[in-house]
Amino acid sequence: MLGEGILKGMAETARNFAGSFVSKERLTTVEYPEERIAPAENARVFPFLVYDSADWEAGLRCVACQICEKECPPKCIYIEKSKDKKPDAVGKPQFYPTRFDIDISVCMSCQICVEVCPFEAIKMDTEFELATEDRFGGLLLDRKQLAKSNQYYHRIHPTEAAEVDARLAEEKAKSDAKAKVAADAAAVKTAASAAQTANSAATQAPVQEGTGD
Amino acid sequence: MIATMDQIFVLFEHWLVAFLPASMQPVATVLLSVAAIVCVFPGLFALTVWLERKGLGRMQNRLGPNRVGPFGLLQPIADGIKSLTKEDIVPASADAPVHFLAPLLLVVAVFMGFAVLPMGRNMVLVDMDAGLLFFFAMGASTEVSVFMAGWSSRNKYSLLGAMRAVAQMISYEVVLLLSSVAVVMIAGSLSLTKIVEAQNHYSGVFPNWYIFTPWGLAGFIMYAIAATAETNRSPFDLPEGESELVAGYHTEYSGFKFALFFLGEYLAMFSISGLGTTLFLGGWSAPFSFLVWIPSWIWFFSKLMLSIFVFIWMRGTLPRLRQDQLMNFAWKFVLPFTLLNLMVTALWRFMGDGWERWVVCSAILIAAYVIMGRVGMYREHFGPRRYRYAE
Repeated sequence: MLGEGILKGMAETARNFAGSFVSKERLTTVEYPEERIAPAENARVFPFLVYDSADWEAGLRCVACQICEKECPPKCIYIEKSKDKKPDAVGKPQFYPTRFDIDISVCMSCQICVEVCPFEAIKMDTEFELATEDRFGGLLLDRKQLAKSNQYYHRIHPTEAAEVDARLAEEKAKSDAKAKVAADAAAVKTAASAAQTANSAATQAPVQEGTGD
Repeated sequence: MIATMDQIFVLFEHWLVAFLPASMQPVATVLLSVAAIVCVFPGLFALTVWLERKGLGRMQNRLGPNRVGPFGLLQPIADGIKSLTKEDIVPASADAPVHFLAPLLLVVAVFMGFAVLPMGRNMVLVDMDAGLLFFFAMGASTEVSVFMAGWSSRNKYSLLGAMRAVAQMISYEVVLLLSSVAVVMIAGSLSLTKIVEAQNHYSGVFPNWYIFTPWGLAGFIMYAIAATAETNRSPFDLPEGESELVAGYHTEYSGFKFALFFLGEYLAMFSISGLGTTLFLGGWSAPFSFLVWIPSWIWFFSKLMLSIFVFIWMRGTLPRLRQDQLMNFAWKFVLPFTLLNLMVTALWRFMGDGWERWVVCSAILIAAYVIMGRVGMYREHFGPRRYRYAE
């Protein structure tokens, strides 16, 4: 009959109206600044740089290889490579970025820098409350602002961080073993033909850089 | 005491006016009443906007505004400050004087309608003999201002919105008038105070409101449909259909002129609900004879707010009609049914006081409703839309 559908619809809205006062489950609104939902583990906003030791500057995993800078689609990363080498967290001498800036007003959160980084040095952050009064300077983050500890990384992405740590440990073990083998071989060789080929053994690089896969 | 409470505003006005010399008293009385109307209804407007936003939110399982003041009650004030401080933009190619006058004319015309509404016992600004006629004359002039707004803006969306508004308002104006004529036929007067008096007596504890008769119920439903269309409320909000026309006839209005349109729209809603209350729901009379001790103005405003709530409820439920559905519905269903209702009213008037007239009138109206509904649905004039796709 004509008008039946209207009455049904009115009953439905009336049910919603009354129900929203009775049952809390109906109201899905989260009143944001006071209440907040924990972000999903795979949430990503902007990149940050991971460091290992207590000192952020010394512990940065980044070796300024500049792959992320080249791969970045909107070109929001700016890196200056150091002239000298400094020992990293493991103690190996490495280049380091004297300047590492990300313009987050340009960044499109594509995560390509994270994909291409061979050193697990850049990861995605979940911090989203980045509003600032300074439109240009405030959104250009330098390496000090970008540096965050591995503990922080474990806190925001526990599963991923555990995988990364396992991989790094494996690589370290592999390179240690290789270094040990190379050192042993060198020692044997040196012992066998110490007088004749002393120089050739010394030129062989004792350690090779682990590049991951 | 009860009589004093009932007449408190009238007595207050008399007390105030008594301070003035006798020659100025008539003017002062009118000015005071006007001031009261001009203050009360915009206040009610603010409250209604809040109620609407909260109510619609609840119907959609949201919270609605709740940040400004307790329960978001100060939201209308914040909105008012916002619209007052916003830039007032007039398009370069607009017809500036007409563009400026349109919102003013709308609000003035709508306010005029309140002059004849009895808001309580003895609480009517001008007790005209032809009050109903005056009300409809003023109501019709809102169409002019809507068209002025649409035409002077020099904007295709505004013009389309205005065209739609005028087509819709004229179509439904006919229904609005004809459904009220039924009441005039029974009450025998165009004066709104007399129409209320005619309904203000009781059979046992129950009131003799016109809605509790077959023709009155039918007339009220038709009146409600026409009133919704007349005030451009959902589901008849085509003139400002934001998905098609940006904002319809007030697309080019900003700042306080937009606020005036907004105010005018809600005031039109109040005045048309007030008239519906007066014609069919017994105006300021109490719903049961044992409740007459509650002041009459409380009853009027409660009925008004109840109608407003139904408006909001419908807005929360119904989607917008298409233009052809709107026109078909007006001319092929509502208008014929209203004309039939006039006949039934005449029959009711001349069939005497027995129970036969209840049976005969109800039977005719129900049969007509079912048959017209069935035929209309069958021909798809106002049924669900059937989609035909290209092969």
